[in-house]
Amino acid sequence: MAAVHHPDHGHGHEHEHHGAPSGIMRWMTTTNHKDIGTLYLWFSFMMFLTGGVMALTIRAELFQPGLQLVEPEFFNQLTTLHGLVMVFGAIMPAFVGFANWQIPMMIGAPDMAFARMNNWSFWLLPPAALLLIGSFFVPGGAAAGGWTLYPPLSTQMGMGMDMTIFAVHIMGASSIMGSINIVTTVLNMRAPGMTMMKMPLFVWTWLITAYLLIAVMPVLAGAVTMLLTDRHFGTNFFNAAGGGDPVMFQHIFWFFGHPEVYIMILPAFGIVSQIIPVFARKPLFGYSSMVYATSSIAILSFVVWAHHMFTVGMPVSAQLFFMYATMLIAVPTGVKVFNWTATMWQGSMTFEAPMLFAIGFIFLFTLGGFSGIVLAIVPVDIQLQETYYVIAHFHYVLVSGSLFALFGGTYYWLPKWTGHMYDETLAKTHFWLSMIFFNVTFFVQHFLGLAGMPRRTPDYALQFADFNQISSIGAFGFGLSQLLFLYVILKCIRGGEKATNQVWEGADTLEFTLPSPPPYHSFETPPIVK
Amino acid sequence: MGVKMIAKIITGAFALTLYSGAAISSYQLNLPAPQSGIATQIYDLHTLLLWICLAIFVGVFGVMFYSILKHRKSLGYKAANFHHSTTVEIIWTIIPFIILISMAYPATQTIISMKDTASPDITIKATGYQWQWGYDYLKGEGEGASFYSKLSTPQEQIRNKAPKGEHYLMEVDNNMVVPVGKKIRVLLTANDVIHAWSVQELGVKQDAIPGFIRDAWFKADKPGIYRGQCSELCGKEHAFMPIVVEAMEPEKYTQWVANQKKKSEATVVDVNKIFTIDELKTEGEKVYTANCAACHQANGKGLPGAFPALDGSKVANGPKAGHIKTVVNGETGTAMASFKHLSDVDIAAVVTYERNAWGNATGDMVQPSEINEFRK
Repeated sequence: MAAVHHPDHGHGHEHEHHGAPSGIMRWMTTTNHKDIGTLYLWFSFMMFLTGGVMALTIRAELFQPGLQLVEPEFFNQLTTLHGLVMVFGAIMPAFVGFANWQIPMMIGAPDMAFARMNNWSFWLLPPAALLLIGSFFVPGGAAAGGWTLYPPLSTQMGMGMDMTIFAVHIMGASSIMGSINIVTTVLNMRAPGMTMMKMPLFVWTWLITAYLLIAVMPVLAGAVTMLLTDRHFGTNFFNAAGGGDPVMFQHIFWFFGHPEVYIMILPAFGIVSQIIPVFARKPLFGYSSMVYATSSIAILSFVVWAHHMFTVGMPVSAQLFFMYATMLIAVPTGVKVFNWTATMWQGSMTFEAPMLFAIGFIFLFTLGGFSGIVLAIVPVDIQLQETYYVIAHFHYVLVSGSLFALFGGTYYWLPKWTGHMYDETLAKTHFWLSMIFFNVTFFVQHFLGLAGMPRRTPDYALQFADFNQISSIGAFGFGLSQLLFLYVILKCIRGGEKATNQVWEGADTLEFTLPSPPPYHSFETPPIVK
Repeated sequence: MGVKMIAKIITGAFALTLYSGAAISSYQLNLPAPQSGIATQIYDLHTLLLWICLAIFVGVFGVMFYSILKHRKSLGYKAANFHHSTTVEIIWTIIPFIILISMAYPATQTIISMKDTASPDITIKATGYQWQWGYDYLKGEGEGASFYSKLSTPQEQIRNKAPKGEHYLMEVDNNMVVPVGKKIRVLLTANDVIHAWSVQELGVKQDAIPGFIRDAWFKADKPGIYRGQCSELCGKEHAFMPIVVEAMEPEKYTQWVANQKKKSEATVVDVNKIFTIDELKTEGEKVYTANCAACHQANGKGLPGAFPALDGSKVANGPKAGHIKTVVNGETGTAMASFKHLSDVDIAAVVTYERNAWGNATGDMVQPSEINEFRK
């Protein structure tokens, strides 16, 4: 983009990107990290609503026993696409959106290292999303084998599965480019004086996440490619009749899948670690142990994958190894929770929406951690594998974990991005509605799982009826509450009380030294960090 | 006074919840009552885990919520400025280790006994099909018994056209029958995709993987009927292939075995027997309803896009050999599974039926001997 090289434009003026295209072409051709961050965030929000509609259709069918609204095969398509859309379309791009907006500003850099590749990383996503959503309308419908795409079931599907595989390839390419960009930016473009151990934790967690992405996205790409050749080109990687092994897919998939779980939670840890000290008006407790804990979690994530498959029939030694390794993860995760608590201890706390979501995150994520420990214990896992207990567990870490952190982060930085304060009352209402309805939806699913209700079923036995009804009511409440979130954001973009540069009383990271909203190109002269 | 009132209301509401919980069994909060030694160990392990988690919960969030209540700016609390303490950090790294070991020790013992499938009294092979289970009694008392076990809940109940029965979706035509107090080893495999054989009350869940054999074991303590469901997504009827294990006293079991023997003797058919087309069509319709109608539908129209119609299809109206091949071997890369586990009579009947049902009128007849020949 021409304006980047323009020598003499000032800060803070809308006319500075003169020469750049306007209208839709501005967004298509932009190489500005803030524009691209905005694109990522809106894309992920749209995918969040899309995946949400699928979830609500699922919950509507499960409101009562019996088949009412959808046929079983369509139900399976919904559960599959809900998972894929939320993981690859909503949560991951949302964190990349935050990285784009925040990392350059937090390390005092003018933009991302590879500005044009950044544009391409984003613009790969809409075609991938179209492939995923479009697969509902092809003969045979969308992939219906679960988001984990286990063969041989996934080799039975129609062309919807091929579209899904292609979409996964594209999104993988996008993630890898985004990650290389982040690693390069963080390692090379920090302001003078900002040593690694002075970086804000959000930057640290994203750096580690980016390495995880680079390590595992190719593994996923390999797994789905093997699936593709098994389907169409006569290979037998996963077909026992031809000498292959269906369980091998699960090993490869979860070698990607477990680090993927941390890809979706580490940046959330980063956001929460930014928010808590600001609203406690007290420095983060145990900064370096936070960095080490994050790194340990990342490293451990490569040696625990088979805890997703304790029922496939592994030898005792393998079950024990994966159980012990999984339990070990509780140690660094515990350290993080203790550090956040110690940060709050004897602080001078206020409870604006970002803080509420951060505390909600710690509270509910820890509950998800408890159910994680329960599931790590092999004998108990065998009772609970593939039941609603697992659904409850990973929604506690993904919805009240990752998503709550995203909400918190949005409220935290929205005044910086837009230059306006958001409506605090509405935002707090959004928090309480989300908090209550989330628990109504998912807490009861622990009981369903313990009682043995299998997941991925459109119908269930009568003893599960009451809790399912409660869960469905909660789900609709939660879904509708998110429209309030949309309203708060739109209202904040359109106007509102002017935000100061610092925005929050306790904020001390570099982005809060810039005006609100920050100029189109910030930190062209790097700040000096002491 | 106000506090007392609130306390009264809360205890009242709590008691009421407990009460109604007892009255309506559907609000089950925990694992089902265990019915085998392993299941009991797991139940106790889970209870132990819950207590440990509760203790940590109270500890951590006690501190956090105290802080949230007291250390507020609105109360004029001034922030302290500490930001690390090596001692504290080491302590709260070590304590979780110790807690984890206290969890891992009993778990390890249970895992080892769960995996010990040696010297069983009876060995039964369970095979997952889309969408039913097949049981073959391989060794021990009952050797030779072999049958399929299919959901017996009628479609009208699923489609909300009839009131749902007590064991809605958890009932089958043929229970897997075992004697109490005997070690039963279950060998698991599957015909098409991965299924999972699961009965919580007996503490068993094991994936059934096509092309591989896995095993698990249980010993039922008491006579009773224990129900479970397929626990690995296996396609559209995944919700509709339950597992029902009936444990009975050894004497009764001996009787059941004798009955099974008589039944199987009565149904042995000479493969060279020649049937009439009507016999084949009548039998074929039954086989079709049990095995094919889930996808291809009772009216033979299939589900457009997902499952092809047989009415007017190329296969059902083309050469016989091709039709037989498709049914016996399935079509790789599609949802059409192999049905080679069906008997020669069943396959002959269903092929005959499909070639002469709905709009199909080939007039062809397939005899069991042709299937027998094809298999060679």
